[in-house]
Amino acid sequence: MTKSVEAVNNRHNSEPHSKLAAAFNKDAARVGWHDETLWWVRAKRDKMAYQLPEWEALRQAASEIKSHTLANLGEYLVEFEQKAVENGLVVHWAVDADEHNRIVHGLLKGNGIDRIVKSKSMLTEECGLNEYLLKQGIDVIDTDLGERIVQLAGEAPSHIVLPCIHKKKEEIGDLFAEHLDTPKGCSDPKILTEAARQHLREAFLSRRAAITGVNFAIAQTGEFVVCTNEGNADMGAHLADLHIACMGIEKIIPRRKDLGIFLRLLARSATGQPITTYSSHFRKPDRERKIHIVIVDNGRSKQLAREQFRNSLKCIRCGACMNTCPVYRRSGGHSYHTAVAGPIGSILAPNLDMRQYADLPFASTLCGSCTHVCPVKIDIHDQLYRWRQVLVEKGYTTTSKTIVMKGMRTVLSSPMIYHTAAKAGRAILSNAPFLIGNRFNPWFQGREMPKPPKQSFGEWYRQNRAKDGE
Amino acid sequence: MKVALFVPCYIDQFFPQVAKATLHLLEKLGCTVEYPSNQTCCGQPMANAGYEYLAEGCADIFRQCFDRYEYIVSPSGSCVLHVKDHVMPRSNESDGPAVMELSEFLTDVMEITSLDASCPYRVGLHNGCHAIRGLGLSSMSEVPGNRFSKPGSLLRMVNGLELVALDREDECCGFGGTFSVFEETVSVRMGNDRIDDHIRHGAQYITGTDMSCLMHLEGLLRRRKCPVRVVHLAEILNDEIR
Repeated sequence: MTKSVEAVNNRHNSEPHSKLAAAFNKDAARVGWHDETLWWVRAKRDKMAYQLPEWEALRQAASEIKSHTLANLGEYLVEFEQKAVENGLVVHWAVDADEHNRIVHGLLKGNGIDRIVKSKSMLTEECGLNEYLLKQGIDVIDTDLGERIVQLAGEAPSHIVLPCIHKKKEEIGDLFAEHLDTPKGCSDPKILTEAARQHLREAFLSRRAAITGVNFAIAQTGEFVVCTNEGNADMGAHLADLHIACMGIEKIIPRRKDLGIFLRLLARSATGQPITTYSSHFRKPDRERKIHIVIVDNGRSKQLAREQFRNSLKCIRCGACMNTCPVYRRSGGHSYHTAVAGPIGSILAPNLDMRQYADLPFASTLCGSCTHVCPVKIDIHDQLYRWRQVLVEKGYTTTSKTIVMKGMRTVLSSPMIYHTAAKAGRAILSNAPFLIGNRFNPWFQGREMPKPPKQSFGEWYRQNRAKDGE
Repeated sequence: MKVALFVPCYIDQFFPQVAKATLHLLEKLGCTVEYPSNQTCCGQPMANAGYEYLAEGCADIFRQCFDRYEYIVSPSGSCVLHVKDHVMPRSNESDGPAVMELSEFLTDVMEITSLDASCPYRVGLHNGCHAIRGLGLSSMSEVPGNRFSKPGSLLRMVNGLELVALDREDECCGFGGTFSVFEETVSVRMGNDRIDDHIRHGAQYITGTDMSCLMHLEGLLRRRKCPVRVVHLAEILNDEIR
């Protein structure tokens, strides 16, 4: 289990995306299969979106509700807290990951609990809760099947909705043989799933505390909604004495009637289902149980203050931007070395630490597909472009890159240099963009160089067309 | 109709035949084409790499060269988008020149319905992402609604040309400017996957609105010693691929 601590530590002292992606690409067949699998999910999403004439209207409505909520977030959070407390829930506030982890640990310790179950929550991944609790001597079993698989492998999830999408069933078979006593060499999904079910059932029945995430928290009613396909959040929460729900401050929606819009968008965007199998509402605890909610900032209010990146907080964690991203599909989630990978992760992570995540906004071709699948219309690729400007301005770039860019500026900002030294200019263009910061030419590793022609268009035009040199 | 020809720097230096084809095609269709000879670059290479502040000189030159025209036409969707977004943004029609990619201009302004060109080959169309999602030259697979493609419709006017269907009609080729070198591995993989799609459907030529994507694909095709050739849309429309 200490392997998972290592995985998270590695996440924080990581090689850049390009190197991790290159490592993932050593197994070309896996890249092909990873790409095809996620493209298939994207295609399922398309089919669902195409079936709804109101699809674009739904996206627009969701985006506007989120804009309004973010503009009034403080008031809605207070309203939510007030209603939740009236309902008998206990509300905690955490300024950062550390405080969040300490609150959760305090609740468990106070109830004398050292073994818990946890359903999917990207927030707890972001906060490194599992690793923190482990250090405090508390054993956590992740009950989402995909998360349990990566947990057994000592890895972090590689995708926010499909945590073990990078793993083949044979690899899962090997893990289960080692940890859950399934027959060696067995990779039959039915047998493996049944083994996981028996294993998790024991955990559900025996563990007294359950942690869940929160998909939506409704200010008007003080209730929160947890969406799963496996029912594991419900199994955990209903069988435990103590239910701790962890949510980021951006999970708020104003009214209950807004919920339908988001539920219709979430599963269609995520997996191409009309709705998640379970959309469970938690409003009031019954007499024997306690529900605590930990509401976490962890950099979100800072992002809220960055006007050009504020929209990133609209995210409902559907993962559609990952499934559609041609770079993500071919580099794997771990190459982003952050809890939330892919395009959305690349605009969220630099907010937390620019130095550490300076590579991520460049792990994109700016193709824009992410922006157009996003169910809440986050301008993801434009934000990637803007993060690049911010990161360079703040100095999170390399000197060699700056030198090359300044060289290009000198040539391209002067018609005289550009035109009178046409051959030299051609030589600079042949070399400069392809030699940045590298001893070897990265363009040439997989590609031939363009063949420079004898004459540029400008030269040809002057010779053949220009009347007076204009 | 008078138009100004904007020739992106890398087309000027590496693919002059594309600029010539664009010039000849526009003239053939009755346009008076002016080429402001002081033009250099729109500044996109620096801006996309995060150095927008180094692109200001390019933007100034661009505006000096092109400010006085009604229409600016260019054989590059990506550079046109950069100009529209960052160099000459305009909020309405009276707000300076209209900067247009070639197929967009032919479709929306010239309203071309027929072409005197033939190209007896199976051709795959690779639309640049900026052309599709930024300029709206075709519908996007991400968004429900009517399917259309301005470059595709123009290609259908070419005699003998068979436009092949692709498995992924608008997936990125992985060029992405400096992405092609900083993320060399993924870039190459993306490009090869696009090429495989075209080969699977029997394309003899890959064409498109953006020579930058095609330069990347050409580099890969030549490395693979693959007989499939790349050719810019302007060259086909100007009846040069016979």
